[in-house]
Amino acid sequence: MPNSVRGLKCRLCGKLYSKQALNFCTEDFGPLEVDYDYDAIRSVLDRSKIESRPKTMWRFRELLPLDEAPTVGVQVGGTPLLRADRLAAALGVERLWLKNDAVNFPTLSFKDRVVAVALSKARELNFQTVGCASTGNLANSVAANAAAAGLKSYIFVPADLERSKILGTSIYGANVIGVAGTYDEVNRLCTQVAFKYGWGFVNINLRAFYAEGSKTVGFEIAEQLGWRTPQHIVVPMAGGSLIGKVQKAFQELARIGLIADPACKIYGAQATGCSPISSAVKSGSDRHRPVRKPNTIAKSLAIGDPADGYFASKVIRESGGWAEDVSDAEIAEAMVLLARTEGVFAETAGGVTVAVARKLIEQGRIPPDEEIVLCITGNGLKTQDAVAEHLEQPAVIRPSLAAFEQLVEGTREAVLV
Amino acid sequence: MAVRIHIPTPMRQHTEGQAAVEASGATVQAALDDLGRKYPGVHQRIFENGQVRRFINVYLNDEDIRYLDNLSTAVKDGDELSIIPAVAGG
Repeated sequence: MPNSVRGLKCRLCGKLYSKQALNFCTEDFGPLEVDYDYDAIRSVLDRSKIESRPKTMWRFRELLPLDEAPTVGVQVGGTPLLRADRLAAALGVERLWLKNDAVNFPTLSFKDRVVAVALSKARELNFQTVGCASTGNLANSVAANAAAAGLKSYIFVPADLERSKILGTSIYGANVIGVAGTYDEVNRLCTQVAFKYGWGFVNINLRAFYAEGSKTVGFEIAEQLGWRTPQHIVVPMAGGSLIGKVQKAFQELARIGLIADPACKIYGAQATGCSPISSAVKSGSDRHRPVRKPNTIAKSLAIGDPADGYFASKVIRESGGWAEDVSDAEIAEAMVLLARTEGVFAETAGGVTVAVARKLIEQGRIPPDEEIVLCITGNGLKTQDAVAEHLEQPAVIRPSLAAFEQLVEGTREAVLV
Repeated sequence: MAVRIHIPTPMRQHTEGQAAVEASGATVQAALDDLGRKYPGVHQRIFENGQVRRFINVYLNDEDIRYLDNLSTAVKDGDELSIIPAVAGG
């Protein structure tokens, strides 16, 4: 496989580093990013080559930071882009699509993409033990993919995480450590553990490689739309990395000549109970104000001090987009709406994205007659408690036709409470 | 006040390899300035125009100083300060 990766580069000062497990510049602590040779990629990659490959994220492998063929998560990606006409009607818009990573393989969230890159890289760098700090979805994915790769894993999560996300991590034999604190405290602890033990933490020392996996969401959307970008895209924000990588994906495709210059407005979605990035965008400030104690049912987005908050705000502003945040009630209501219009059961983060899209449409920020893509990043089966109280209990009847007839002739209709 | 400052691995080349350094001062700022007098290489990597750099977090006994009084936070004998890169997670 031709190697298009030159090394790592500081996003602040531009200092170059060789390919290694390092996430920040030792001069100014700025984030390191993968440095590609785009001319080389342009000369070997075209649309037909990509289209001839299997429908996984690796059909874009020249734009991903591995030296060898992937060895972990070989089947990840290639999720559906659904035309969502019934949801569009409910929101009062004409053309709407859902990028549905709720059905990503193997652990039903977009995190399978980043983990596939990070753990393939971890193997290239000869790590035997890997880990992560997680709000849940990443925990599931690192645990599953590490198990399949025969790697030992240490997964750190806030101790009050949804039970199904903890169970969906332990099942794979990972060492799960519940930390009595916020995600940011978990994250800080993991940075200290990574320094001390020298393990491969996917979102710490392997973060520069890991984050690149998110670009495949953007690559796939552009290809699925017929090699072009939508006019508007709404992306949920936790650490603020995905939204920047979606923009980067569109820019890279344009740079290597696979799509026209993107003119896509990018919108960030957060829960009001943890909205440092949307608050920064709305107040026009450069530095986000960290949130000490996030309080929202959207636990997968509950990062009070997002590492990429600064870059996410910049992406949103520069693209001409905006950011909004929504209440827990709006999140649950949007999860129900999405399920009942499109048959897609998204996790709370999906509810955040749909509810924010609705708000932006109502505000007139997203025009009703333009093309909109919503990024659904995780599966509702993992966060069932969030909607349980919003749903009617199923009817229970005796096994008789008469009982059923009585029920049907009544006014029992499944409605939102 | 004598406090102990934990130095992240990549900065230790500027502290003669030490993982933790003693410093004195009544506030976080004073303690970090004292550290800077002993090891100038560390100081210029932590601060830019008098502010802690965007991608560095400083913790006093495991609490982020931004949730306290920031650099003006008072410190007492035996406190521990940690300098930790912020580019992580998500």
